[in-house]
Amino acid sequence: MADIRLIEVKEEILSDNKTQAVQIRNDLRAKKVFLMNLMASPGAGKTSLILETIRGLKDAYRIGIIEGDIDSIVDAEKVTREGVPAVQLRTGGFCHLDAPMIGMALDEMDLENLDIIIIENVGNLVCPAEFDTGAMRNAMILSVPEGDDKPLKYPLMFSICDVLVVNKIDYLAGSDFDMAIFRDRVLKLNPAIRIFEVSCRTGEGIEAWTEWLAGEVKSLST
Amino acid sequence: MHELSVMDSILKVVLRHAASNGVEKVVAVGLRIGKLSDLVDEWMQHYFDYLSKGTVAEGAVLKIERSPVIFKCKACERDFPVEMAEIRTVACPACGSGDITLIAGREYYIKNIEVV
Ligand SMILES: Nc1nc2c(ncn2[C@@H]2O[C@H](COP(=O)(O)OP(=O)(O)OP(=O)(O)O)[C@@H](O)[C@H]2O)c(=O)[nH]1
Ligand SMILES: [Mg+2]
Ligand SMILES: [Zn+2]
Repeated sequence: MADIRLIEVKEEILSDNKTQAVQIRNDLRAKKVFLMNLMASPGAGKTSLILETIRGLKDAYRIGIIEGDIDSIVDAEKVTREGVPAVQLRTGGFCHLDAPMIGMALDEMDLENLDIIIIENVGNLVCPAEFDTGAMRNAMILSVPEGDDKPLKYPLMFSICDVLVVNKIDYLAGSDFDMAIFRDRVLKLNPAIRIFEVSCRTGEGIEAWTEWLAGEVKSLST
Repeated sequence: MHELSVMDSILKVVLRHAASNGVEKVVAVGLRIGKLSDLVDEWMQHYFDYLSKGTVAEGAVLKIERSPVIFKCKACERDFPVEMAEIRTVACPACGSGDITLIAGREYYIKNIEVV
């Protein structure tokens, strides 16, 4: 039997994805388009927050949406009804979006005439956390009914996000969700994260969120 | 779960190195994966076997090493490893500060391949 040789490889597995993500980020920065990746569990309120964001910012900014959620055009239809363009990615049961998929979606968008693009990622707190989409900011939603223990169960997601939206705070009264403990757990994993408490139902806190987003978009063009 | 796409990326890297080294057969692949990744060893092997059929990497064994989750203390600047089970209560073992930040534990790294 032939001798076994060892060949050094020393490569990061996701490097292809990373390279493409960096390229997307650079291209969009040059075109002054702000790309945000929005992640959350199914039903946490991704589509609701996107709709609220569109309502709050569409007079000042031209917004586009990439819908990545599992093969249903329901969310894309809700968004286009608000008068903004949406591209539906057919992920066919994929558990995450990666940079090549976002690249394909961007090819179908009129980038010269957009200021903000929001990605509604696949509903899942695990896999999307591992793939850089090329977004300038990673945002996640955690809704009150999901419980205050989620940072313990999904530490990676909480650690890679720049901003956390705690949605459905209208459910706080009468729930055992402890906001102080929750914040403490999150900040331990990620001391730099920005946290907004909102309700897409009552509109509470939405303005603070859209102001933050507008500030991020503005800082892109300075 | 995304084992399939991760394994596909691994296989591509392995085959590229195998081709450029004129390899006949890959017998093992050495990987280092951060403990924060949720990929299960058994399934990774399973998917790798499935994807590598008919290539020089068919039948290769994945040798997976798990690298620790490491935090850094902002107060005293020390690095320290943390077990997943302790993540809820983590504080700096040296100075007790809770002002800490994650610095490692999510990598996917291909170290080497054993070939004939
Ligand atoms: N009470 C309450 N309900 C909310 C709030 N935000 C969203 N919902 C409801 O929660 C449900 C799910 O909201 P969606 O916005 O569709 O959530 P999603 O994350 O886009 O869900 P998928 O795309 O299906 O994964 C809907 O019935 C919303 O009306 C909130 O702040 N408070
Ligand atoms: Mg949705
Ligand atoms: Zn310390």
